[in-house]
This record gives sequence, structure tokens and C-alpha cells, in this order.
Amino acid sequence: MDIRFTEDHEWIRVEDGVGTVGVTDYAQRQLGDVVYVEVPEVGKAFTKGDESAVVESVKAASEIYAPVSGEVTAANEGLAEEPALVNSSPMADGWFYKIRLADPSELEDLMDEAAYKDFVAGLE
Amino acid sequence: MPEQDLRRTPLFQLHVDLGARMVPFAGYSMPVQYTKGIIAEHNHTRNAAGLFDVSHMGQAFLHATDDDPAAVFESLLPGNIAGLAPGRQRYTLLLNDQGGIIDDLMVSRPPAGMDSRCLFLVVNAATKDRDFAHIEDRLGDRVRLERLVDRALLALQGPKAGAVLSRLDPAIGDMGFMDVARFRFRDVDCLISRSGYTGEDGFEISLPADQAPALALRLLDEEEVEPVGLGARDSLRLEAGLCLYGHDLDETTTPVEANLRFALARRRLDAADFPGAQIVLRQIEEGPKRLRVGLRLEGRAPAREGAEIVDDHGAVVGGVTSGGFGPSVGGPIAMGYVGADHAAEGTELGVVVRGKTLSARVVAMPFVPHRFHRKRV
Repeated sequence: MDIRFTEDHEWIRVEDGVGTVGVTDYAQRQLGDVVYVEVPEVGKAFTKGDESAVVESVKAASEIYAPVSGEVTAANEGLAEEPALVNSSPMADGWFYKIRLADPSELEDLMDEAAYKDFVAGLE
Repeated sequence: MPEQDLRRTPLFQLHVDLGARMVPFAGYSMPVQYTKGIIAEHNHTRNAAGLFDVSHMGQAFLHATDDDPAAVFESLLPGNIAGLAPGRQRYTLLLNDQGGIIDDLMVSRPPAGMDSRCLFLVVNAATKDRDFAHIEDRLGDRVRLERLVDRALLALQGPKAGAVLSRLDPAIGDMGFMDVARFRFRDVDCLISRSGYTGEDGFEISLPADQAPALALRLLDEEEVEPVGLGARDSLRLEAGLCLYGHDLDETTTPVEANLRFALARRRLDAADFPGAQIVLRQIEEGPKRLRVGLRLEGRAPAREGAEIVDDHGAVVGGVTSGGFGPSVGGPIAMGYVGADHAAEGTELGVVVRGKTLSARVVAMPFVPHRFHRKRV
């Protein structure tokens, strides 16, 4: 299992060519209380960097960008009932969607866990 | 504005020490939330007592050079200021010559024992320089504006606020909604009003800036009190149906359109002697073309400021001026302006969010009932 991070604080965990996408703990702390998440429909295709989901906190709406290109194979329906999962479990139950990677080599542009930790440390 | 150019209130260091996330607001670095987050802070204010730093707001005494400043000040606004008894506060509106709202503000007549020939003003942070310039420009030599730049303003809001402040002085508990009184806590000179911006019972405490951190800490020591940031201040006031200047009100909005007719005093309407009176009176007579309304949205997606409001044919009939998630309501709420034909309670409308039309219904405001401490007379 391979986890990668973007500079916009999305994470993607890849297993058998399918990546699960969410936002990091740093992101959920910056967002504050999440009250609504708009997840993409299954079957939707994204190019890396596309707006793929929207997170609404009490204060504002924030876009979530596709960390890689591909097609959505599942969306986390649990977020409709319990958007606060993004706050309580950003790296697990608060996942947004799963995407079948069109080009696994795109992962190489993303940060690994150590690099992301350094990146966040530089922001704080 | 770069961080280093932002102004700081006397409580800046306390906010940082409490773990606040500081954001730029009206030229100040202000706490948007503390460690527990906006929803927890919102709920705490509704259930107990929240302490807010509102020192960024503009405070001033308005003195008259010869007579009572109320008569002079009335020429800029549609309220009854001359009828304000000592120790009483009122909400009013500075108007331009078209009846548009320059700012909304609180005006008090200081209580007995203070100079009752002056008025105490609290105006919005983002507009304070413009407001004070407008007052000086229009009233010239007839008034003297004493800006209280060395005073802080704390708000203690919520159903436990009265009990907490009564521990400092039992007489505070005897104040009614919109009363103003002067208290001394250990030689700290405080001017306290029983009012606020949350829809709850509460108080605003004006005091010398250098004494503010100590009083804030003293209040935070009380078990009912938690610090509350601007994020929850916004969700609380939205649920209370209270306007935010620059969003729900601006110079193109009249008090009639904004549904603030309570701020138009009968005597002033009869005399038609305030800025824009003819326009305001005509709107009352003929009905305004648009009105501020409350909207309850179906589902969970909030609509934000700027979202279009559409009728059932998809035609744009207005726009959202404030919107978000109401923690006490448990869902998305908004206020905005719609054509008068669409303003009746119960009207089914749509709000466009990211290209999708969400169902919304016009509802009465406040979204959450006010719980002010009104005394029975």
C-alpha cells in the first residue's frame, strides 16, 4: 500500500490500481467543522488537478482537487449523513472517493509521507 | 494586508495563548475560532456563556458644543435619539441622502452620574473611520466626537452571562435588555450594556484597554465561560436574523428593503426630517421593490453570499447576502434580498449553488428565537 500527498493537502492511498482520496489532518484542522461534503458521482472522469469534490465548513467552501487522473469507482456516501467524519477521521472513515488511476506514473509527482511531514512543518 | 500591518486588539496575546486561529478582519488580526471549533463555541454560547473580543469595533462619545447632541445627531438617522432616557441604548442607522444605509450602530445615553449631555456610540469595525468622518463632516462645529481608541470592548453572551456578571456586582443582574450602566470592578471603570449580537441574553463591556486582559481572564475563570471567536459570532448572529453590515446592508439598501422598520421612529417618519426621508416614505407607501428575507434550504449544502435566488421557472429573483450552516438550526440557512412578489413567508424558491438549484423556502426570522432579558414593566 502506497500513500501520497499533494501540496493542497489531499492524500491518495493506492491499492491494486485504485486510489482512495481524502484530506489530511492538517487540512481538516484548517477547514474547521465540516458541515457538508459534495462527493463526485461514480463514473466521473478527472484529469489530475480537476476540482473533484467540495468541502463546506461553517465558514466557507473549499475545493478538493483530483491528485491523479482517472475514473471515480466509489464515493463515500457516509459523508452525506456525517460530514464531521472528515474532522474526526480524515485519514480513514472520512475518505471522499476512490479513483481508478489512468496513469500510475502521476504518483511520482506527489509527496511521500516523510516529504509531506516536512512540507507541513514548513507551514506551521 | 500583510500580517505585520494588521492592528491588534488589547487581547491579541490572550487569543494567541488560548490557541486561537487568527485571521485578518477589518484591518485587525482577530480570532476566528479557538481550539474547540466554531460549532462547539456556537453551542456553548447558546447553552452557557461565550466571551468575545469586539475591541475592533469603533467606540466614541458624541458631545454637543452647546446643547443636547441627540437633536443634532438625529439629522443623520431615522431613529428617536432625543427620546433615549439616561441609561438606555438603541439600534439605529446612519443614512445617506438616498435613504441608503451608511452603517448600523448602537447609541446609548450614558446613565445618571455620567455626562448625560453626550451619547455613547458603538459602530462597525470596517466602517468606523468612514462613519466618524461622516459625522464630523455633516455635523461640523455643532458636535465634538471623542474617539475612544484606548478602550476595549468585550461581549459576554449567553443564558449564563447574567449569573456570571452578577458575581462581580449583583446589580448587573438587575439590568434589562438595552439598559446601560456604569460599574467599577476593582477600580476598573466599565460601561456595560445588556445587549449583543447573538440573539441571546448578554452584555457588552467597554473598559480601558490596559485593563481588558485581566477582566477577560477573570471571566474565563468562571466555569460557564469559554472564549468564542468571530466564526461563531457570525453563525450566532445569522441564526438570530441580525444583519452584518457590508453584506446584508450597504449604501444601496434602505431600512424598508432591509426590513428594519423598527429602526424608523414614528415621530421621525411624521416629520420626514432624516436623510432620504422622501425615498423611505415612498417605499413604505408603495411597498419596496425588494425585501430582505430568511431562507431555509433543503438538504445539507449551505448557500453562501452571492448565490443567486431563483423562482420556480429558474428566473433570478434575488441573491443571498449571508448564508451558512446554522448549528442550532441543524441545517443550512441564509438571508438575502428577493423581489417583493417572492418575499412572503412560505414562498418556495431555489438557490443556485455550484450550478445546482437547491430548494429553499422563505421563513420568518429569527431562525432561532431571541432570548433577550426583557423586564416586565
